[in-house]
Amino acid sequence: MALITYREALNQALREELDRDERVFIMGEEVGYFGGAFKVTDGLIATYGEKRVRDTPISELTIVGAGVGAAMGGLRPVVELMTINFALLAIDQIVNTAAKARYMFGGQTKVPLVIRAPQGGGHQLGAQHSQSLEAYFVHCPGIRVALPATAADAKGMLKYAIRQEDPVMFLEHESLYGMKGEVPEDEDYLVPFGQAKVVREGKDVTIIAYSKTVHDALIAADLLENQGTDAEVIDLRTLNPLDIATVLESVRKTARAVVVYEGWLTGGAGAEVAAQIYQAAFDDLDAPIQRVASADVPMPYNRHLEAAALPSPDKIVRAVERIS
Amino acid sequence: MALERERIAERAMYRLAEGELLEIYRLMTLIRRFEDKVAEMYTRGKITGFCHLYAGEEAIAVGAIHGLYDKDYVVSTYREHGHCLAKGASARAVMAELFGKSTGISKGRGGSMHLFDPVLRFMGGYAIVGGGLPIATGLGLAIAYRGDPEVVCCFFGDGALPQGAFHESLNMASLWKLPVIFVCENNFYGMGTLVQNAICQEELYRFADPYKIPGVRVDGMDVIEVYAAVSEAAARAREGKGPSLIEAITYRFRGHSMSDPAEYRSKREERIWQERDPIKRFRHLLLHERKIAAPVLDRIDQEESAVVDDAVKFADESPEPPLSELTKNVYVE
Repeated sequence: MALITYREALNQALREELDRDERVFIMGEEVGYFGGAFKVTDGLIATYGEKRVRDTPISELTIVGAGVGAAMGGLRPVVELMTINFALLAIDQIVNTAAKARYMFGGQTKVPLVIRAPQGGGHQLGAQHSQSLEAYFVHCPGIRVALPATAADAKGMLKYAIRQEDPVMFLEHESLYGMKGEVPEDEDYLVPFGQAKVVREGKDVTIIAYSKTVHDALIAADLLENQGTDAEVIDLRTLNPLDIATVLESVRKTARAVVVYEGWLTGGAGAEVAAQIYQAAFDDLDAPIQRVASADVPMPYNRHLEAAALPSPDKIVRAVERIS
Repeated sequence: MALERERIAERAMYRLAEGELLEIYRLMTLIRRFEDKVAEMYTRGKITGFCHLYAGEEAIAVGAIHGLYDKDYVVSTYREHGHCLAKGASARAVMAELFGKSTGISKGRGGSMHLFDPVLRFMGGYAIVGGGLPIATGLGLAIAYRGDPEVVCCFFGDGALPQGAFHESLNMASLWKLPVIFVCENNFYGMGTLVQNAICQEELYRFADPYKIPGVRVDGMDVIEVYAAVSEAAARAREGKGPSLIEAITYRFRGHSMSDPAEYRSKREERIWQERDPIKRFRHLLLHERKIAAPVLDRIDQEESAVVDDAVKFADESPEPPLSELTKNVYVE
């Protein structure tokens, strides 16, 4: 184990997979000489050269589309979108091609493409650079959606993403890059998709979170403990596949659930989780499921307004209080 | 320029062996009869969904793909029956796909717009205008990455020119010298909109200039001219010199799709282009320039009609995909 940042864990995962498999290469805006806009690919071009760490023009649609083509042609591209906001320029190739090629071509091809993108708010970057868009991709069958919350998961999940066979939206939270954690050094350390993790055990309420909101939920759990409420916190890790079994097991124990996500409240990925709990465990619930998410507004620049728009530990505590 | 291209084409024709010429004739005939039969089957309700026919444009698919090797890749559009057949797909597999059957080339999951065959390296029909160009660019990248000798031939219509995907792909392919041949089938209409009402530069091959790649305009009703241009572009791509843009002027003999009576075109205009029918022209050339006997060509006509009839019978008798397989292949199992 080594204590490293989420950013360093991602860099390590990329290095190990570049070393392990000649077919793996990285492509995106500023991934090479600049070292990545968030420095995730820092230093890689010096080791692996321009062929395997490829700077691209600002052409998101074709960066992703070329990634799909290269994957269908036998390579294992890891494409970086500088931020998730730019994925909207590439959504045609993500939704219409990457997610569909295997199915619509009768199972005769596969698209082992990883699309990495930072997302999330909290840095006063305004309406166009603060979004959490996972729900857009969770809605579409054919593409996996992974959102690591810790340095260890960042490494293990990225390595798993590169090795598995389906296209993946790998969404990193901008607030987590500097966060440190113990990370296994084993070159085959993998965190398979579809395995939610109970990160804090409790008996009174289940707080279901992913990405940065896992940390908000853990702070909230500590605050709740002071009030005598014992919260269980689950990190979903991947939204597709969704490990609903782990969630249901917890909810059947606690009889209360709060779903926390940073996307907009309306139509967010947490709404799907809530719907699945209602469908499978309605009789086990003692109170209505609560959602804590971003306000349905374009993100304001002003610091106080931004904080008011985002989910927070306090909002999670209040949500738990509403159903306790 | 045009004269020079004609001379190249003329030389190319005399280089081609009789067997090759007959193969070209056979494929063009197959595609025409296939498409005519598809129209009939559509009218009879055997084929449903969107269906875009290639009749009139056969010289482009057949000429271009004759200029490639078997291991080269083809990326296509939603008007792709012709490209797929020219790449070597059986009429049975394509017809069965149109019928939605499990024996179809995409197992009945794709339909007319999404044919695919990895063995033939027919890398798919894409039904978003311009959607195939980034895919072709990525396949070219994979080839260059491995240092393989193949090339990618990417077909698209004039309607794709104003799409960002076209410009992004040409820039990227040129920047990285990728082995991609971009073949624009200019049939003058994006659905019902005339090229000059959609694109500021009607000479589409000139879009090669800003991307610093060769751009040529060829007569898309002349199979040998298309063949010569693509052969040249393929040789260039194989030498590592990067992509080319070929604009092939053509005309679709039917509407945009089966539901389009093409009322935005005059009967006179259609008649003028019918007179330039690429198959009739090529047949004339074979009879008079290469002195091939008419009965040889007549026999090919009959054989290909039989192939298409057999394909219909095969498709009709093939099983539907089982409902139990609805969710199969959304992901790699």
